[in-house]
Amino acid sequence: MTATRDYTNLERELVEATLSRSRRIKNRASSIWMLGSVLVALIPLALVIGYVVMKGIGQISVAWFTEDLPAVTRRAGGGMGPAIVGTILITLGAAIMAVPLGILGAVYLNEYGGKSRLARAVRLMSDVMTGVPSIVMGLFIYTVWTLTFGLSGFGGALALACLMLPIVIRSSEEMLRLVPDELRQASYALGNRKWRTIVTVVLPAASGGIISGVMLAIARAAGETAPLVFTIGAARKLNIDLFNGPMTALSVQIFGNAQAPYAASQARAWGAALTLVAIVFLFTVLARIISARIARKHNA
Amino acid sequence: MGSSRRRGDQLFSKLALLSGLFVLAILALIAFSTTREAWPAFSEQGFSLLFSTDWVPADGKFGALAFIYGTLLSSVIAVVLSVPVSLGIALYTNEAAPRRFRRPIVYVMDLLAAIPSVVYGLWGIIVLAPFIGPVYSSISSAVDGIPVLGWIFYGDSGRSFMTAGIILAIMITPIITSLSREVIATVPSAQREAAYGMGATRWEMIRSAVLPWSRGGIVGAVMLGLGRAMGETIAVALVIGSSAQITSHLFEPGDSMAAVIVNQFGESSGTFRAALIGLGVVLFLVTIVVNVLARSIVVRFDRRSQGL
Repeated sequence: MTATRDYTNLERELVEATLSRSRRIKNRASSIWMLGSVLVALIPLALVIGYVVMKGIGQISVAWFTEDLPAVTRRAGGGMGPAIVGTILITLGAAIMAVPLGILGAVYLNEYGGKSRLARAVRLMSDVMTGVPSIVMGLFIYTVWTLTFGLSGFGGALALACLMLPIVIRSSEEMLRLVPDELRQASYALGNRKWRTIVTVVLPAASGGIISGVMLAIARAAGETAPLVFTIGAARKLNIDLFNGPMTALSVQIFGNAQAPYAASQARAWGAALTLVAIVFLFTVLARIISARIARKHNA
Repeated sequence: MGSSRRRGDQLFSKLALLSGLFVLAILALIAFSTTREAWPAFSEQGFSLLFSTDWVPADGKFGALAFIYGTLLSSVIAVVLSVPVSLGIALYTNEAAPRRFRRPIVYVMDLLAAIPSVVYGLWGIIVLAPFIGPVYSSISSAVDGIPVLGWIFYGDSGRSFMTAGIILAIMITPIITSLSREVIATVPSAQREAAYGMGATRWEMIRSAVLPWSRGGIVGAVMLGLGRAMGETIAVALVIGSSAQITSHLFEPGDSMAAVIVNQFGESSGTFRAALIGLGVVLFLVTIVVNVLARSIVVRFDRRSQGL
């Protein structure tokens, strides 16, 4: 990454031997601080993942995926089926809305808007929108959708789509910017119109990076809780109709069960956490693999 | 045929433009619809919504000052705890780590960022809070009677401002780290080599070449982390203790705007619900301001580092 090369240990010792005491101590202290920071960050990661796996694994069984939530949450039994299905359906619904819109928005920014004032405003505002708290998105969808149409999975999908949209726009724009202009010019030279060039040349060239960004956006949306609390309600039984009646999701189940004082509820929360983390990590790792493969292709 | 092809071009560019404008439309609509829904509370409570500490929904009193305080305090704790660590990791990955460690560190940060906030909250309420309460209590008795320290580090509640701050710090560390890493990566190698050429140690090189160059961008990164911490809801709702109070005691329970909204929304109606949505409006405005400021710092920095 940096052009300066790494020193060998011997070189480093030779240099250090010539230093004054205070310079040597400061240099050492800074190394300890930097390495220590990495170790400090590893502690919570290891602890959280360790606990989630340790306490959640006991919950996982066939019934966990297939059965409805128990009628009485303080007793053991039942499954998490409706919440798993809910998380998947709601996130998928959000992706179907946000991804095409986000990619088109990125096309506008990179291929049409460029450095115009409007494009710059859109760019700044998508950055700002990334920072809008997810709970505000939940309240927003509550006021424009849920108040009129009632609780449904679709309301949750709308809220998650609002969270995904700016992430998809900005990551896709970055990827479109990496597409070399020569590709566009070659396509124009073949007589292709601009829109055909974009659809058949530019987008395919950037597809790997765009997909990887989309995966990360999906991973982030799947773990969200606050936007769902106001919009999807609470269902105990399986509901696969996004547009009709309340649903539930893994994140909502974790939130509810974590606050309950009963052992069975807390165990259920850990199980749901393990399931959710597995889904989220799956998408994160897929995104990494895709982008690593792209990088290798580019370097080759 | 030529005109139909041109029409395809125009249609596509319009479609793209509309998608871009969608972002502006959504932001405007968020501001409009939430404010409209919160209006009964704004007009009924006036400024006491922001400046009163009386939050008694049964009596129709909605003063959110204690929650605003809790949001600020927990986020500031998070930033104070997170910045030294984030900066250390960013500097380590870019300046000190052996080449083969760099990618794994980035992966670890990715995983830390990928864990959903509700999972951090679950871990915080069931594992961290019961463990850390006694720790607080012994710190509190150790600094008892010392001015300032004794006022700040007081209390023994596992669910408290401090616990919320710790959980938030874990959550914003990957964000601040990755943004500062990008900024540090833009420092020209010539600057580093010049510092080494003058006989600087690695630390002196970092202080004289890397940090001055990337200071603006790092400030922007920290502000984005602050914005994220202020809007974080679920993890805070689980560990902050849900108690409306303004106190300098970090180890006592408090409450934040986002936590109050999510905890009390279900049982609210009428003006109560409008007041909660009003808190959302306040949160929206505050995070917008923080984000715009942060982004403009980062953008200005970007332009400078590109020599424009």
